[in-house]
Amino acid sequence: MKIMNCPLNGPRNISEFAYGGEVKPVPAADAPTPDWADYVYYHDNQPGIVREWWLHVPTSYWFVAVRDVTSDKIIATYRPEEAPP
Amino acid sequence: MPLVLLKHALGFARPQRQIPASRELKPSYDVVIVGGGGHGLAAAYYLAKDWGITNVAVLEKGWLGGGNTARNTAIVRSNYITPEGVRFYKESMELFETLSQELDFNVMYTKRGHLTLAHTDAAMRTMRWRAEVNKHLGVASEIVGADEVARIEPKLNMSRQVRWPILGALHHPVGATARHDAVAWGYARRAAERGVEIHQETEVTGFDVEGDRITAVQTTRGRVACGQVLQAVAGMSSKVAGMAGVKLPIRTIPLQACVSQPLKPFLDSIIVSGSLHCYIWQSQRGECVMGGAVDPYPLQAPRSTLDFKEGLMAHMLELFPYLADVPLMRQWAGMADMTPDFSPVMGKTSLENHYIDAGWGTWGFKATPVCGKRMAECVATQKVPDILQAFRFDRFKSFDQVGEAGAASVGT
Repeated sequence: MKIMNCPLNGPRNISEFAYGGEVKPVPAADAPTPDWADYVYYHDNQPGIVREWWLHVPTSYWFVAVRDVTSDKIIATYRPEEAPP
Repeated sequence: MPLVLLKHALGFARPQRQIPASRELKPSYDVVIVGGGGHGLAAAYYLAKDWGITNVAVLEKGWLGGGNTARNTAIVRSNYITPEGVRFYKESMELFETLSQELDFNVMYTKRGHLTLAHTDAAMRTMRWRAEVNKHLGVASEIVGADEVARIEPKLNMSRQVRWPILGALHHPVGATARHDAVAWGYARRAAERGVEIHQETEVTGFDVEGDRITAVQTTRGRVACGQVLQAVAGMSSKVAGMAGVKLPIRTIPLQACVSQPLKPFLDSIIVSGSLHCYIWQSQRGECVMGGAVDPYPLQAPRSTLDFKEGLMAHMLELFPYLADVPLMRQWAGMADMTPDFSPVMGKTSLENHYIDAGWGTWGFKATPVCGKRMAECVATQKVPDILQAFRFDRFKSFDQVGEAGAASVGT
């Protein structure tokens, strides 16, 4: 069983979490449509260490995980309002 | 024992190599194809055969057909839901029909029939939609009720005493399987005969880009100048496109599969259940080939998990309870290029001479012949053929999705 450390709830089974995409700058609300399309649909999707949004589904808590997407190792998790480790 | 083996054992002559040994890379090629899987090799073959372009190098970082070509579960069908998708996969099946003859290489194309089970009224409605789109475009596809499902595949558990009883199915009588390695090898052999160079253990490490053109490809065996570049590296598409500065609408997510020990033949059809997230067919060797949906989160490594097996079998045993004591023999994963609309990405990119064949998620093997043929046309004419237009890489910028989620093998 794979464990992820939720900053709010502590270590939980990975099946309690949902992936939410790469952390990247969000366009302004009134940004042109293609900018939003780019944000929603296009991804860097590169191997290596990546910062990602994750959701702890039972508590609806969003946070950031630092994950090595080549080895499936979760390196760190932190609250979005905190500075990255 | 076939006598021909005896002849080879006793004779001095060895059977001819199927693929010529690699030579040094030339300093330049008209077309460089990145990726020596089924798609890349098919494109190389059709470039040589249909368009007379033979100054072509296929660069493969590992060995021929060793990536997703070796990892798919070999199912061929065309009962999709969008007209664009159905038209495209239908052409692929037409090419598959005669592929063994065309390549003089037995790809073991076997029509066995394909049943997509429906366990809810909503699923029946989607099946009806697919059947109508399919028939409109000339694809054999029909809604069948539970009685007919039981007649077609008597070993299926039709009991009502399960969580999701079978209400009916979409029957696709021409659904087939083919030997995936043979497809890659057949194309490789015939492309090589026509003068295409196939370089294994040659990894692409970068592109030299000047303005909006790729002028050369950097590899672990040196630099080669190029006229056009076609990338066919599903699973690594974002990485390779990233080397050219192109961002794709793709996430890489593992797709897992497994096979059981060989059993006596009991299953003719390919059985798929979207609601139960599983599919199964029995290979010519008697093994049950089984798979499910992609993993719950992206990962760029082909690793297997216990979660996958447990989740898959819980559902599989509803369909075939007597498989409970059958041991699994192998389990593996491939890296799937998942697009937001479950359709591939083909054609030109924002660069002038960069062609892309990507986004093959869980539907790539069945498209090998048509994709090879049409991408070859695209590279040779430098124009995107009509049949590929809908799948352009920037379609999401204008929200022109080709939504195939309703017809993906087992949804998400």
